[in-house]
Amino acid sequence: MKFVDEFREPAVISKTAEEIRRLADPDRHYRFMEVCGGHTHAIYRFGLKDLLPENIELVHGPGCPVCVLPMGRIDDGLSMAQDSNTIFTAFGDMMRVPGRHGSPLQHKARGRDIRIVYSPSDALKLAQKNPDRHVMFFAIGFETTAPSTAITLMRAKAAGIGNFSVFCNHVTIIPAIRAILDSPDMRIDAFIGPGHVSTVIGCRPYEWIARNEHKPIVVSGFEPLDILQSIVMILRQLNAGEAKVENQYKRVVPWEGNSAALKAMAETFDLRHYFEWRGMGFISQSALRIRDAYAEWDAEHRFAVPGIRVTDPKAAQCGEVLKGVLKPVQCKLFGKECTPENPVGALMVSSEGSCAAYYNYEHRKREAFTQLSVAV
Amino acid sequence: MCLAIPAKIVEFSSEEKTRALVEVAGVRRHIDTGLLADESLRTGDWVLVHVGFAMSKISEEQALDQIRTLTMLGEQEAVLEEVTGYGLEDSRAAPDP
Repeated sequence: MKFVDEFREPAVISKTAEEIRRLADPDRHYRFMEVCGGHTHAIYRFGLKDLLPENIELVHGPGCPVCVLPMGRIDDGLSMAQDSNTIFTAFGDMMRVPGRHGSPLQHKARGRDIRIVYSPSDALKLAQKNPDRHVMFFAIGFETTAPSTAITLMRAKAAGIGNFSVFCNHVTIIPAIRAILDSPDMRIDAFIGPGHVSTVIGCRPYEWIARNEHKPIVVSGFEPLDILQSIVMILRQLNAGEAKVENQYKRVVPWEGNSAALKAMAETFDLRHYFEWRGMGFISQSALRIRDAYAEWDAEHRFAVPGIRVTDPKAAQCGEVLKGVLKPVQCKLFGKECTPENPVGALMVSSEGSCAAYYNYEHRKREAFTQLSVAV
Repeated sequence: MCLAIPAKIVEFSSEEKTRALVEVAGVRRHIDTGLLADESLRTGDWVLVHVGFAMSKISEEQALDQIRTLTMLGEQEAVLEEVTGYGLEDSRAAPDP
């Protein structure tokens, strides 16, 4: 049990949790999906489930970019950059993600020049510092991260830096939500909308969810109180028979998004016809490709893409967990073959993946409790 | 991945107008403010930083709230590692596994 007084403003947290209990119909079972992996992490970390009535179930969504990237794309990237003159760069999150022949970190241990960068602009800087070598940046992320890659591409072009390229794996959140809603085994009553993605895209792109699917969606911040307040806002909508887009995270998210970021994305990217999502299959118009005007900096244009496809181990049920059909612990491999130390599926790799979050906060707690009980 | 780090703008670069020196928990690093071109940022303003780029302008109060949230999430180390990693001129400080 989470003690409310551990939180900042415990009195407000208690009051909000009470409000949720008051608003929730005891005869109804609610399923709310938090789209963003950052929310999933916060929900487990803060033990927010313990503050909610039993009939409110939080379903973890697809918003963890590392988790939804098919393994084959990692192999593709590593293969495209295999020339000894090429430096492969990626964010730290990517380094431990297993490819068919090991993770980028394991490739580095075998002598490849693979480096962590914390910003795409640092990958570009590395290219400027190493004019005799080629620097490839493995770009990954939703709309939160894509604008930074976009600006970096624009800078590379403006400065005429020819020894730099981007392997673009950016995905977009709206088609993933659509795929979830179209899935026949899925029943979601409302969405907790992503916070930082919405700083870029704003709130308008969610309007179809309310209008066509009649589901409330509340864009939420990441503090415990933010998430609880968003649940209050959802319940109020459901009780009033309404479905609208609301913005709980107004202090950071402008309704119209960030126009400079959207402009940079429109300048450098257009939509791929389709893209594969791990556990969800091919989703049409769900990812970004680099526009032809920037082909010189597009790794897929400069290098041959092997198009490697690796199917997840049959026993792993990442897809069902990703779509919220199964809880992490209901997967056959959870906590046995698949752990954060030795991840089989991608949901165990990133701290924002629902399996890793569940394992780190719930599973370890239970294990410790069991050992304690045995010891006593 | 979706880490958003509150940082205070210390000064703007005289050579590149979108480059700014920011401070996060005592660490000073350069970030890019090109995505907030419409915001007329000034020294002393707080911004949320993601992968080396300022994403949103926020108030000081919101910045302090965000710092508390990151602390509660146990993300202080990840934040410091990321911020220390910005800018290759200081790469000696960045862990390179």
